[in-house]
Amino acid sequence: MPINTNRKFMGYRRENGRVGVRNHVVILPVDDISNACCEAVANNIKGTIALPHAYGRLQFGADLDLHFRTMIGTGSNPNVAACIVVGIEPGWTQKIADGIAETGKPVAAFSIEQNGDLKTIMNVSRKAKEFVQWATEVQKTECDVSELWVSTKCGESDTTTGLGSCPTVGNMYDKLIPEGIYGVFGETSEITGAEHICKTRAADEETGERWYKMWKAYQDDVIFAHATNDLSESQPTKGNIEGGLTTIEEKALGNLEKIGRECKFIDILDPAEAPQKGNGLYFMDTSSAAAECVTLMAAAGYVIHTFPTGQGNVIGNPIVPVIKISANPRTLRTMSEHIDVDVTGILRRDMTIDQAGDALIDNIMRTANGRMTAAESLGHREFVMTKLYRSA
Amino acid sequence: MSENPQLLVHEHKDNVGVVVVEDLKAGTEMLCVVTADNSSFKLVCNDDVPIGHKVALTDLSSGDTAIKYGEDIGRFKADVKKGGHVHVHNLKTNRW
Repeated sequence: MPINTNRKFMGYRRENGRVGVRNHVVILPVDDISNACCEAVANNIKGTIALPHAYGRLQFGADLDLHFRTMIGTGSNPNVAACIVVGIEPGWTQKIADGIAETGKPVAAFSIEQNGDLKTIMNVSRKAKEFVQWATEVQKTECDVSELWVSTKCGESDTTTGLGSCPTVGNMYDKLIPEGIYGVFGETSEITGAEHICKTRAADEETGERWYKMWKAYQDDVIFAHATNDLSESQPTKGNIEGGLTTIEEKALGNLEKIGRECKFIDILDPAEAPQKGNGLYFMDTSSAAAECVTLMAAAGYVIHTFPTGQGNVIGNPIVPVIKISANPRTLRTMSEHIDVDVTGILRRDMTIDQAGDALIDNIMRTANGRMTAAESLGHREFVMTKLYRSA
Repeated sequence: MSENPQLLVHEHKDNVGVVVVEDLKAGTEMLCVVTADNSSFKLVCNDDVPIGHKVALTDLSSGDTAIKYGEDIGRFKADVKKGGHVHVHNLKTNRW
């Protein structure tokens, strides 16, 4: 397959002008107890996907705001053609449906109380069938690479990610951010040891100061407030250590290779917050756990995720294709079915970072055109809500 | 490059490098490449070191700072000879 040089692809232009690369009809539970109903509908009506999760009851304050933002953002993502929201009661259900409806896409809301699961499943199934038949007639149109929103987060990192797969993503951003794409990186805890460098990668001093305050607050209020030991089995993880990473500083310096040499981040996003300052690179304050982070970036509106891995994190996402990049020859030898872009040549010194970046861009364009990622074909649909504290 | 390296080093000021091949045995004379400018040197590895793990580029003492990416990545808590395996048994974070 030749390198795609024209950088056009066939995508789904949504009612609000955003471009999607997938055409999902989502059955979205508001809360944990609505999962069973949503999964029954997804089983009934082919071409729909349910997004079961663990939360949505008795949350309050900033944690509830994040819940709503993640729910509304997920339904609003341009990879979603239409969405049905199902909750135990109508209040929060309608609030989420109304939020998604602002995109102009087809949305419906159903609640279970005073109906029961069986009647709700029947009603939702009828609407879901209507949405699927409508969505499958939506035609793709030619779109430009500049209309893509591409997120990144690495996982099961090792020393090869800092040498190969993370610089590959960085090279892609150095080439595509100037073309007009939106980018985002995050993983607040995992910048520890490289915070002095990250701060200088803000577009201006004020943004750099805001970033540093955010990072420092996380250190003080979360890490040091809750740590019971030196985090020696959590950050780096046991998998990281197996792969040769010894300290958080070493891991952080490799992680930061994902933003390349030229890009500057223009703003700091709360978890699941959509960017507001136009095209460019953003930082999102997220956990470094893969499924939580990718779910938050998808809820912010990103449509393709680039995921460097060393030891072989197998994560996917239900609505966003997750492209895996690895430079580790042992991982390619033992679990190649999970890897979309093989950059082991960087370690052999027969592939340059520039060539690896081009190979990733080529894979992004093919994925945008509809090619299923390894994680999609293997059925990885990790949808994990971030929870800030215990419910009331 | 005709010959594939066994060890990669990010920057010239680094005092550790990364093994990038499987089944590296003690006594191997490694081809080492500095990725910053593709310059190379040779170093004998003292230990069997798994892929991805680090090797000391000089004799290092307990209390010394480990340098990788040209940056501080932690403090040695034991002496390591040039060519020795560097990991959690002799290197620790300065952070938590």
